[in-house]
Amino acid sequence: MKKRLLGMLAFLLVLSMALIGCSSNSSDGGGSKGGDSAGGGTLIYGRGGDAVSLDPAIVTDGESLIIAEQVYETLVNFDKKTTKIIPGLAKKWTVSEDGLTYTFELEDGIKFHDGTDFNAEAVVKNVDRWLTSNDEAKFAYFASQFGGFKGSDTAIIKEVKADGDNKVIFTLNKPQAPFLKNLAMSPFAIASPAAIEKHGDKYGENPVGTGPFKFESWKRNDTITLVKNEDYHKKGEPKVDKLIFKVIEDNSARLNALIKGEVDLIDGLNPSDAEKVKGDKNLQLFERPSLNVGYLGFNVEKEPFNNPKVRQALSHAVNKEALIKNFYEGTAEPAKNPMPSTLQGYNDEIKDYEFNLKKAKKLLAEAGYKDGFKVDLWAMPVPRPYMPNGQKVAEALQADFEKIGVKANIVTMEWATYLEKVQAGESALFMLGWTGDNGDADNFLYTLLDKDSIGSNNYSRYANEEVHKLLLEAQAETDEAKRAELYKKAQAIIHEDAPWVPLAHSTPLLAGKSTIKNFFPHPTGSQPMGGVSIE
Amino acid sequence: MFAYTIRRLSMLIPVLLGMTLIVFSLIHAIPGSPAQILLGQQASPAAVAALTKEMGLDQPLYIQFVDYIKNLLTGDLGESFRTRSPISAEIWPYLAATIELALFAMIVAVVAGVNAGIISAWFQNSWFDYLLMVFALVGVSMPIFWLGLMEQYVFSIQLDWLPTTGRDNIRDPVTAITHLYLLDTLLQGRFDQFIEVVKHLILPGVALATIPMAIIARITRSSMLEVMRSDYIRTARAKGMSMLKVVYKHSLKNAFIPILTIIGLQTGLLLGGAILTETIFGWPGIGNYIYSAIQFRDYPVIQSGILVVAAIFVLINLIVDLLYAAIDPRIKYR
Repeated sequence: MKKRLLGMLAFLLVLSMALIGCSSNSSDGGGSKGGDSAGGGTLIYGRGGDAVSLDPAIVTDGESLIIAEQVYETLVNFDKKTTKIIPGLAKKWTVSEDGLTYTFELEDGIKFHDGTDFNAEAVVKNVDRWLTSNDEAKFAYFASQFGGFKGSDTAIIKEVKADGDNKVIFTLNKPQAPFLKNLAMSPFAIASPAAIEKHGDKYGENPVGTGPFKFESWKRNDTITLVKNEDYHKKGEPKVDKLIFKVIEDNSARLNALIKGEVDLIDGLNPSDAEKVKGDKNLQLFERPSLNVGYLGFNVEKEPFNNPKVRQALSHAVNKEALIKNFYEGTAEPAKNPMPSTLQGYNDEIKDYEFNLKKAKKLLAEAGYKDGFKVDLWAMPVPRPYMPNGQKVAEALQADFEKIGVKANIVTMEWATYLEKVQAGESALFMLGWTGDNGDADNFLYTLLDKDSIGSNNYSRYANEEVHKLLLEAQAETDEAKRAELYKKAQAIIHEDAPWVPLAHSTPLLAGKSTIKNFFPHPTGSQPMGGVSIE
Repeated sequence: MFAYTIRRLSMLIPVLLGMTLIVFSLIHAIPGSPAQILLGQQASPAAVAALTKEMGLDQPLYIQFVDYIKNLLTGDLGESFRTRSPISAEIWPYLAATIELALFAMIVAVVAGVNAGIISAWFQNSWFDYLLMVFALVGVSMPIFWLGLMEQYVFSIQLDWLPTTGRDNIRDPVTAITHLYLLDTLLQGRFDQFIEVVKHLILPGVALATIPMAIIARITRSSMLEVMRSDYIRTARAKGMSMLKVVYKHSLKNAFIPILTIIGLQTGLLLGGAILTETIFGWPGIGNYIYSAIQFRDYPVIQSGILVVAAIFVLINLIVDLLYAAIDPRIKYR
């Protein structure tokens, strides 16, 4: 027995020597491997987490939707860099005067990856699958973007019908201004009805769409491999033969893998690593345009913030440039409106309240608070893209407010409690933020600042009749240019009323090899990669 | 010995049951509703309520616990909230990845640790001895994630010797059969891939091995020092026996009981260290599986994942106890 044990130890020793030996011998060969494969047309995208399911209709997480963007397509698309709507699977569409009927004319001759035809019937089957599911737990995103399921009072879509092979008609119960933007979101991509039927419960592991890439394999928590769709209907796309998504959870480790060349493109770059990427000639930095806002909110029902002058005074006492430089590591743009500039209807003519303590003091005096006042400042307890460090930002605000005589006492609590209490209107001065989902102004202005949203997301309890009227009018307006005008007007009033101090729109960072061409990170968080190439 | 083994195995049940209760209580104490997290911030309250009900989380906690235990007894580890598939069906690839990594790390730790300890003891108070003890101290206190990132920086990026992440070359992936890639590549006769897999094992393996290696080296040194002071060793040396023979034939065997104990314990702790190592090195193992489940409050995966790891830990300790008897004939189990 003893001999055997010693023998075993000896064997282990020899084995480990052998392993170490052969690994160091072969390591020279390893370096060159990355080189020759780069030209072969495989693009590897490193990211922080795995997909939940590859059936986009039943997911809400960004990591799943990144894959959906490659495998599937939507009826209408977002433009490359903004949330403007452009044709997708539908080449054109018309909207009735009353905004209740949308008629889409589909592209001809497109096939799903399984060889079945993409046509009006396929679209109807997809929409019916969501609309009649009545399963709020499964089709949650559909319920939240389209008001609910068939037959419910809040449902936006009444029915959808095919008219011939390539015409689809949507009839709505009531007009929905962001209807097209909602349809452009990847959860509402068109899947092969034959494949959904064939795979049943396992469809989420066997996705079939019309997109630039076909699904090949999935190793959970590791890699998802997609291959070129040879029959893709857009000429010249996709550029790469293979697209692989690799999970590397740690942000620094993911960057290391990029520097080493094991992956070609990564998201979730730490802002502090931006300089390192800029300084490396083999790498390039990408900034994803913002679709969020971080803000300092006033409860307009509470003293002293029921006085607009006090709110304006504090707006003059916030140094946004310094906040962004110090706490967003420079990866954000100062916010002057409640919505980011990538959105249609953004009012760029508004002049922000400049950082001017004298003006702030003067306004406070006019409001009757010559000696300032004391207030609790609620600091966000969790990091969010729009507010990476709530505590530090609160401390900086506190220091500036002190200079105009406003003594802020920083308060913080557990996140769920924080939200609950702010929602209930318990706080007078608080920090919060929002990330948009469909890239529509309505999703910011109406959701966050309309009087209808008090008690849900209008934490400031801001109620302005004129703004309310404008926002409702915009919801019913189907002419995009006219809608944009309405939103611009609303922003001007909101700016005057100052229910918030909008602080920043953060811009998430990505990095890639310098050989990557035509990659445009989209504000919604994911983008089709058919046009991306490696030179 | 057989009766003893059976007795020890039957003691597993209360241990695992108690552990399950602790884990169950802990994860339910973390704030955050799984349904809310899965559906996102924008989900309607109705959707959250519907999903909560579907997951069975609207039931009182004790009923949820009893249901979970009942399912366990029938061999059902539950279903993941996130992927909606049975955990018993999806856990093996993760477990295999971790077993491969942990075995590799343990071999490194034992071979390097024991031998370093022996040399250190033999040449007590030499420069090697001091150096090793300093290294052991540093090794024990080294945060794994930091060590991992440093390894990547030095050996991958600066020296370009080894890959930073994953189990295989992403551009030439291994076809899984058993999910133990070293075995799979050999079965398929792909020696190039075998070497690739070994290269991927080295950095995470060494990062994971560092702490146990340091501890094993220290225990070996002190245990050897004790044995080498005994009379029979002095006799052996006096009669002119070679150093190797004295060390490996006479001393190590007698010094091995405490070393074996520590090896057993460290193997268990290794599984904990695996969570950090796997996160840094993009290693799709069980640590990674549990870690991402925590982010999504995927209760069944957290519970069953930890349960499986704990069962392995307890089993390793049982094996170590049985090995005592194999090494030392004076120890007998009844």
